[in-house]
Amino acid sequence: MSVELNQFHSVFFEESQEHIDTMERLLMAMSVDNPDAEDLNCIFRAAHSIKGASGIFGFDALGQITHIMENLLDQVRKGQRAVSVDLVDQFLSVIDCLRQVLDSYRNETDIDWPEVERTTNLLEAILGTQAESDATAVDDGFGFFDEPVSAQAEEDDGFGFFEEPAATQKQPEEQGWGLFEAAQAEQLAAGKAAASPKDDAQGKKPASNESSTIRVDIEKVDSLINLVGELVITQSMLKVLGDDIGGSNSRMGTVLAELERHTREIQESVMSIRMMPVSFVFNRFPRVVRDLARKLEKEVELVLEGEHTELDKGLIEKLVDPLTHLVRNSIDHGIERPDVRRDRGKPEKGTITISAAQRGGTIQICIDDDGAGLNRERIMSKARENGLNVSDDMNDADVWDLIFQPGFSTAEVVTDVSGRGVGMDVVRRNIQQLGGRVSIASRALRGSTITITLPLTLAIVDGMGVMVGDQTFIIPLVSIIESMRPYPENIEQLAGSALLHVRDQFWPVLPLYQVMDAEPRHTSPAEGIVVLIETSKRRYGLLVDELVGQQQVVIKSLEQHYKRVPGAAGATIMGDGSVALILDVESLADVAPILDEEIA
Amino acid sequence: MSGQKDQAAGTAENDGPASEFLTFVLGDEHYAIDIMAVKEIRGYESVTKIAKAPPYIKGVINLRGDIVPIVDLRIKFDVGEATYNEFTIVIVLQINERMVGIVVDSVSDVIALTASQRRPPPEFGVAFDSRFLMGLAKLQNHMVILVNIEALVSSSELGLVDAALKKMES
Repeated sequence: MSVELNQFHSVFFEESQEHIDTMERLLMAMSVDNPDAEDLNCIFRAAHSIKGASGIFGFDALGQITHIMENLLDQVRKGQRAVSVDLVDQFLSVIDCLRQVLDSYRNETDIDWPEVERTTNLLEAILGTQAESDATAVDDGFGFFDEPVSAQAEEDDGFGFFEEPAATQKQPEEQGWGLFEAAQAEQLAAGKAAASPKDDAQGKKPASNESSTIRVDIEKVDSLINLVGELVITQSMLKVLGDDIGGSNSRMGTVLAELERHTREIQESVMSIRMMPVSFVFNRFPRVVRDLARKLEKEVELVLEGEHTELDKGLIEKLVDPLTHLVRNSIDHGIERPDVRRDRGKPEKGTITISAAQRGGTIQICIDDDGAGLNRERIMSKARENGLNVSDDMNDADVWDLIFQPGFSTAEVVTDVSGRGVGMDVVRRNIQQLGGRVSIASRALRGSTITITLPLTLAIVDGMGVMVGDQTFIIPLVSIIESMRPYPENIEQLAGSALLHVRDQFWPVLPLYQVMDAEPRHTSPAEGIVVLIETSKRRYGLLVDELVGQQQVVIKSLEQHYKRVPGAAGATIMGDGSVALILDVESLADVAPILDEEIA
Repeated sequence: MSGQKDQAAGTAENDGPASEFLTFVLGDEHYAIDIMAVKEIRGYESVTKIAKAPPYIKGVINLRGDIVPIVDLRIKFDVGEATYNEFTIVIVLQINERMVGIVVDSVSDVIALTASQRRPPPEFGVAFDSRFLMGLAKLQNHMVILVNIEALVSSSELGLVDAALKKMES
């Protein structure tokens, strides 16, 4: 029996995780003065589901907490207890505890029973206050009082419709809430349709979500993606063959063109399975912002835009840390204290906007605050302190770039918020590992905007195919400035290596055949093609024989079956089934040390 | 299977189940590897060279979407002649999730050997270092050298696995 139950554990963990997330999200969104009855019901149901399931599996700690939580929530949703900021805070800390306990069960580590006890006691204490507060605590302003007062007040505000059905339905609810919930939800949805379309959508969402999605193991999806990748390659090999045989006008050509279209469509829809809305990352920020703003005694409003923009699941997971860091930064360093803001003639409440949008083949995520902006002088003096090479006439963009240097913090006071050992350099490195870029725009006293540009998926890169001898290599398009056949008079020799003089700069020329051990057709830059490359650290020209063309390539790991190859970021499979290395332009320059001395 | 076993089992009666080995030829010597490590056998096709790799690592190929390195054991152990034609054989091995193709002169047979049919390996006279050998077996007319292919492939000798991952962190 227990073996059979074990099979359902992972489902339970997943679902409980979702319930906990739902509770947190709804609590965060809850308006204290005018709690949404359906939201309260949702939270209650979530707690109830966890309680029920944990009972079946014998996860006592979860059951214990959710049981009391359920009692408390039941009072709240029946209007016997008013929602207050404190209560929401308590619930949030309970949710943190639930999460921790759930993780313990999932990872089969020891349950932190003292913490469970503490949380249970906390909840019981709140429950216990009821009796007294009914009679006495009304004037405390603590929020444990009878509902007529608040309900009346709300009705006057014109929000009354939600409260009304809830109030009139109170009798049946006490008799049997199971049946009643559906009726109430319907009624509410109907009532709210007139009031606010947003609320309406929220009310209906949980119902439709359950039936329209299925849970699939991510490995299954990945293997499907791999297989489709194979299919695409086979298809393009077939196309090459077909062109040889019959040309593109024959029936063969037509059928092959059809196959190509279908294959592309399959590939696109399979790739879209892995895509998830960025709201999976964004949803955590209301909590982060709220907690941090309270801690730092700042007032911050968070605006989320474009949460429905879709991104590869792998990218989403890896975005959490860098984004959290940036948001914390914005609150800690960007947004000023309310009094300072008032003096500066800004609204006391600062605003942070996190937005996501798709721009062509990339996703842009912006974190925008209306805080103090970056302080040029302070960055400059810190840079000098750190021994960095800076000059006063640097343009702003270059100055902002300095904060991405390792060990760079201009925080006047090191707090536990900013002194967490994760600097902007780590943020940039993380984003670069995902194939993206970070840039900063800032205006003093107006605020700053940090823009992250990411590829749509981890698996595909836009590349330029180049040939050296009979070998093909792929250069990531993002780092290419231009490609050219240089004039002989623009080429200088310096200590045995060539320097190319274009764009008012000298570019050291790195012959790809030397780095990659290939047999080139051309050894002189004037006969081959020089691809000008710029990375975050250096710029140089790469000498190749010829350009093959621009194409999107699927990145395959070399390390999976072999090992890291210096100068290569991975490999890809070309249309003819052969393997081409994708160059890592950054480490390529490390492979050829001559470049180091020539770039300041 | 049973026929094979009977044939090979002439001297051994009850010494446990036989395991199967794939035999191949390198130069003049016959070698055998555990068949469970063999994923497939295919013809040699053109490879993509890897810069700065030792000469016995011929490069990588696309094996249904996986990038698989190809090692020429003839070059590595300096036996036979490293020629490549339509008869050149690649044995693709799968060892702990990792795949590698080894180039050999030819593949001969699948044999079943019980523990008692195996003899201790020789200390010399074999191209392979003795730590990669599991033993010897006598077939009708020749000796077969049993190779611990797992040890060989994961050893630093072939350099197929990063000794220390991420040592080039700038």
